[in-house]
Amino acid sequence: MTRSETEPAAGPVQVRATVLTVRRVDAYHAMTVVAPAVAARFRPGQFVALAVGGPDTSMLLRRAFSIHGVRPDLGGTVEFVFAARGPGTRWLAERRARDVVDVAGPFGRPFPVPSQPASCLLVGGGYGSAPLFALADRLRERRCTVHFLLGGASGDRVFGALTARRLGRTATIMTEDGSLGARGMVTDMLGQIILEARADVIYACGPMPMLRQVTALASRYDIPVQAAVEEAMACGIGVCMTCVLPVVGNDGITRMVRSCVDGPVFRGDRVRWDDVGTIPFDALGAPGWEPRPRRGAAAVRSRAGAAADTAPADGSGLRGPAAGPQPPPAARSQGHGG
Amino acid sequence: MADLRTRLGHIELPNPILTASGCAGAGRELAQFFDISKIGAVVTKSVMLAPRAGRPTPRMAETPSGMLNSIGLQGPGVDAFLQRDLPWLLARGARVVVSIAGGTVEEFAELAGRLSDAAGVTAIEVNISCPNVEHRGQVFACDPGAAAAVIEAVRGRARYDIPVLAKLSPDVTDIVAIAKACVIAGADGLSMINTLLGMTIDMDTLRPVLAGLTGGLSGPAIRPVAVRCIWQVREALPGVPIIGMGGVKTGQDALELILAGASMVSVGTTIFHDPSACMRILRELDEELASRGLERLGEAVGLAHEPRSAIRRGFTGNAGMK
Repeated sequence: MTRSETEPAAGPVQVRATVLTVRRVDAYHAMTVVAPAVAARFRPGQFVALAVGGPDTSMLLRRAFSIHGVRPDLGGTVEFVFAARGPGTRWLAERRARDVVDVAGPFGRPFPVPSQPASCLLVGGGYGSAPLFALADRLRERRCTVHFLLGGASGDRVFGALTARRLGRTATIMTEDGSLGARGMVTDMLGQIILEARADVIYACGPMPMLRQVTALASRYDIPVQAAVEEAMACGIGVCMTCVLPVVGNDGITRMVRSCVDGPVFRGDRVRWDDVGTIPFDALGAPGWEPRPRRGAAAVRSRAGAAADTAPADGSGLRGPAAGPQPPPAARSQGHGG
Repeated sequence: MADLRTRLGHIELPNPILTASGCAGAGRELAQFFDISKIGAVVTKSVMLAPRAGRPTPRMAETPSGMLNSIGLQGPGVDAFLQRDLPWLLARGARVVVSIAGGTVEEFAELAGRLSDAAGVTAIEVNISCPNVEHRGQVFACDPGAAAAVIEAVRGRARYDIPVLAKLSPDVTDIVAIAKACVIAGADGLSMINTLLGMTIDMDTLRPVLAGLTGGLSGPAIRPVAVRCIWQVREALPGVPIIGMGGVKTGQDALELILAGASMVSVGTTIFHDPSACMRILRELDEELASRGLERLGEAVGLAHEPRSAIRRGFTGNAGMK
């Protein structure tokens, strides 16, 4: 895989987009807007950021939604899924066809896709599954097999169960109340499905606890995880520094990186899930941090260096063990014991 | 087209619209949406000596017509800034006002020295709203003596031809006293206002929303505070250039700060809402001036301080020209 394939064709744009449809999908809403420039640049995993409340709004922060898909109709349309939970998303849900909304995007690092056919397991929690279907299309173009594992609190909170059944070689649905599919969490079935699907790579999107557990389980099977995180953002474009989380770099150093531009898709094993919401004491620039290499960081470097080519930063280690070692951050090494 | 040129000390800027520190990174992200050489200057996120990880998340909360942030000055440090960000900004033709922050007077001074050694810095904005680690964490901006000590040290170390701006906090009893102390200490201009300290509580967890508990309030909610502060300082120090900031969302808002006494206006939180806002506000400001018969920006600066009769005369003089 070349680097250019993981990067968007061109930078994001800000457009005034006409609403085509707003439809209710179970517990969620799906909005389709006409935005050819956004559609042309889109890669699965990327998101859009919308201004809400109209020109005289008192709500200043953009709302970020991962893109569900794009279509060529009307020059290019973009669809995204959201839960109408607060005043901003309720305002969006009240839009009607031909209303105009301010859309910026597409933003963020997309899901990297394997260059060779591979068995891919796509895990989604709640409406976190929204970006996985465009990814599935792209993976199938690459002659990958796609397996879905979707979950939610209840049947109406599993987004895209039918589409998953249509697109996936297999599709497993889990709900906490058992109202759709099997009762339980997606992580209850993950180990079994990894084996059954002979998964080479896992793509995951959903709540942080789910992503943490998926990454921990996948590490037991030595399968790379590409996880799309949902962090609160104010701008979506990389200037506000609110959406940061601790991620280990190629050099073994933990940095507080922006999920909007450095993510939202990260290699699961690089994210220090247990430390999300904190500044780890050994993060670059943490209180008391000093600019000299620590012993831990040096150890990671030497281990990675010993096994020939290190896994590249852009998250290509898709082929599991064959792609070389994954620099093991401290948070992850405990997973090996289990 | 009004004449929008403005002056900061001996430096002329093509127009008065700037970014506000902390709302534009180092310009790179915004350049995707507009040509950053077209605005008056890019004011960078505060640069510190060492890399800094900032505060834990959540760092942000939306509030009515505003937001609270508690980023904690996350940044890569001055070395990375000089190596990566400054050359990039200069290559793009941007004028660069570098905001600096530190925990001690010496740290500020060292930053000023480092920036002076690098070519191309248009001005230095001193973010004195930082806790003074040598003085029980009291914020420099809240004490005239501490504020003056920082400005004096920065002015002493910065190259003579780089204007030094003091960025003032509105969270003080008498902003004029701080402004005077900074000007006496050598500040060539004043930036105001920084954010106001605020807090909001989550109604589900019943705990403060921000991990840092308190955060800086910004956005249109604080604009009247900015107008008041600018007015008071302009009244007391009419000859000192002021960069006005605080909730500017439209050209009309920018004009309001200008009428109160600002000769430059920074756009901050609005950038989060509208990444291309600077260019829009620049266009709108031009229209606002023209529609009032004001041909030069300079005519509008501090105009609200003029007696009513004088303003009316100004209008009649131009009425026939329209």
